[in-house]
Amino acid sequence: MSKKRTGVFVCHCGTNIAATVDVARVAKEMADESTVAFTQEYVYMCSEPGQESVVQAIKDNKLDSVVVTCCSPNLHEKTFRDNAQRAGINNFTCEIANIREQCSWVHADKAKGTEKAIKISRSVVRRVNHNKPMDAIAVPVTKRAMIIGGGVAGIQAALDIGNAGIEVILVEKQATIGGRMLQLSETFPTLDCSQCVLSPKMVEVKRHPKVKLMTYSEVQEVSGSVGSFQVKILKKPTFVDPDKCKICDHCTEVCPVVVPNEYELGLTARRAIYIPYAQAIPASFTLDEDACLGLNPVRCGKCKDVCEAGAINYDMRPQTVTEDVGAIVVATGFDLYDQANMPEMGGGKVEDVLDGLQFERLCSASGATQGHIMRPSDHKVPKDVVFIQCVGSRDPAKHCAYCSKICCMYTAKHARLYKKHVPEGRAYVFYIDIRSGGKGYEEFVQRTMEDDDTLYLRGRVSKLYRKDGKVRVLGTDTLTGQNVEIDADMVVLALAMVPSKGTVEIAKTLKIGRDKDGFLAEAHPKLRPVESVTGGIYLAGAAQAPKDIPETVAQAGAAASKVIALLSQTTLSRSPLIAKVRRSHCTGCGMCVDACPFIAIRLEGGKAVVNEALCEGCGSCSATCLRAAIDVKNVTQLQIHEMIEACLA
Amino acid sequence: MSEQQDYEPRIVAFLCKWCSSAGSDLAGVSRIQYPANATPITVPCTGAISPMYILSAFNKGADGVLVSGCHIGDCHYIEGNFLARRKMQLIMELIEFIGVEPNRFRMSWVSAAEGAKFATVITDFVNDLKPLGPQDKLKRAEQA
Repeated sequence: MSKKRTGVFVCHCGTNIAATVDVARVAKEMADESTVAFTQEYVYMCSEPGQESVVQAIKDNKLDSVVVTCCSPNLHEKTFRDNAQRAGINNFTCEIANIREQCSWVHADKAKGTEKAIKISRSVVRRVNHNKPMDAIAVPVTKRAMIIGGGVAGIQAALDIGNAGIEVILVEKQATIGGRMLQLSETFPTLDCSQCVLSPKMVEVKRHPKVKLMTYSEVQEVSGSVGSFQVKILKKPTFVDPDKCKICDHCTEVCPVVVPNEYELGLTARRAIYIPYAQAIPASFTLDEDACLGLNPVRCGKCKDVCEAGAINYDMRPQTVTEDVGAIVVATGFDLYDQANMPEMGGGKVEDVLDGLQFERLCSASGATQGHIMRPSDHKVPKDVVFIQCVGSRDPAKHCAYCSKICCMYTAKHARLYKKHVPEGRAYVFYIDIRSGGKGYEEFVQRTMEDDDTLYLRGRVSKLYRKDGKVRVLGTDTLTGQNVEIDADMVVLALAMVPSKGTVEIAKTLKIGRDKDGFLAEAHPKLRPVESVTGGIYLAGAAQAPKDIPETVAQAGAAASKVIALLSQTTLSRSPLIAKVRRSHCTGCGMCVDACPFIAIRLEGGKAVVNEALCEGCGSCSATCLRAAIDVKNVTQLQIHEMIEACLA
Repeated sequence: MSEQQDYEPRIVAFLCKWCSSAGSDLAGVSRIQYPANATPITVPCTGAISPMYILSAFNKGADGVLVSGCHIGDCHYIEGNFLARRKMQLIMELIEFIGVEPNRFRMSWVSAAEGAKFATVITDFVNDLKPLGPQDKLKRAEQA
């Protein structure tokens, strides 16, 4: 084999690298490597002239491999591999040495930074020396998408993908789609009714010929990869046939079981057989198996007796269905921060202290009180209401460090809704700052302060407790320096948004990352905000970060367009960096067979054989093989040993 | 002793590309400073790290070896970090058996979101290695 002709291209990244790494020395040291035929440095290698110079240098110097020492491969590996291909060499002979994120940005000492940059670069040069050209594996694309979560994000994404003519499966855990938005009374800054905006979309998605709705269902297992996922979905029994149910309500009239209504956030009770909301989709009752006396006519059976439509069937069983899809959108939404974590705010145990969503249900015409604001303890109209912002947010010492983004706006909305219902009442808002960035948002908050005469107090609440039938709120007004004591009839907490419980579970099922706060992690904070790190899995809505409805809808549309772009291809290329057996070295010991998590290796005629369709290229096999007979292509044992050597030279 | 406190240990850090390598990128993006003693080698998964790599690094003169992967249960390849954990435990016992300070080998779990943790892991490792001075038990003799 003739010697490699590698080109090393050292990027200054302006001063991002050059300030703490002596780039000229890196280039010079690389030039001394026996396989390096060409070196070059440039201020911005990823700029158009930079990229052109790489292409030109490959052609002019007959290079057969390339190392670009620059930023993380997550940013520009594709850029430079594409350039390699453009210059006529195989893209898998191009590798990135990360001397920015892993070096220049984290080491201020230029001498030490330069030494480390040289080691990193040299190790990659040695690795590339053994890189083999190869072609991406073409895999067929399943032209179907799945959306997990049927809130406004999931509904929007389903409609957008369905309208492009692509089949969509919309999976929702609850008995109805609609999510959090369906619980809201009005939306800021226009104060239009949330249900009036959302319900038509819910109906549309139900009727859409390309959308298959699976409510009361949960994703259990996901296998496969981009373009071809296999998803196992558990369809929980509702014990009511939605096609037969006439929502006549006769069943709830006879059901003897009363449990708290989770859809009304515990403000009211429901029966064991129930419909979440009047606008629920599918428009059908659901029988809560855990609450029911026993799904047995001998035990009770009252609902079945009165159901004239014959919709109730106690023999329904959980069903597991497997669906093949090419892409997945995760839109699993948010929960509110648990009040139990906040004893200073009553820990959820002080009467007439509500969270924001409970207040929405109080205001909602479809809610527990038909839209009349009354306090839960004695059903009296509250005359003094304290709204507290940033409850659990912006508190890195004890709670969530981040800003939940929407609370300033919805608290202003709550104050206005309250004043609309109770014009003679008094509304107080405790705030740290007002963050009202958004179209028409600042004006909305100003109107709340001025037109609706809401008293905004800049400061935090230290404590609240029940006293003489009221809630005593102790706080500070930092603008006057005074302590404030308010005897409130009702208190509404703008609790921090946290990723929903379902989000935490689904992240584990899908093996997608979460950020430090637990929200789903996007592939790149600026350039790939709707993609997860895993190919073919996209993110939408508050599961990714706190956001309001317009942003959620925009992100859902963006995720949908990514799905459409992906699924409009007939084949996808899959990384060819998978395991390969050197038959001459294989003794057929079978250790790799046991190590493979994907059951991709089998023994045939005393030798290991890799199923290329199943292999994901994790390398577990190679780490067990003492004879280095099985290796992941371009990450071979030989290459790693040479990299180790280069790191320690 | 003070001489050894000034010793700059040479570390090879094997990083899983899905978590710890991305975590080190995040440390970079966040400009969190840490010592430059560890040179990273990114691998597809900690499960792909052969015990031979650890011994090879010590043999080639590393004063410390770090393996950093995804938190247990979060492996992109389902169970690679379980395989790694088992193997690395054995390595830990083996190097102790042959007389190398067990502190010279370390395993950590750093996710893509834990840039600050990555910096702490490296800083702590370097501080723990400094008093140990150069590793020569497994280092091959210089060839004449």
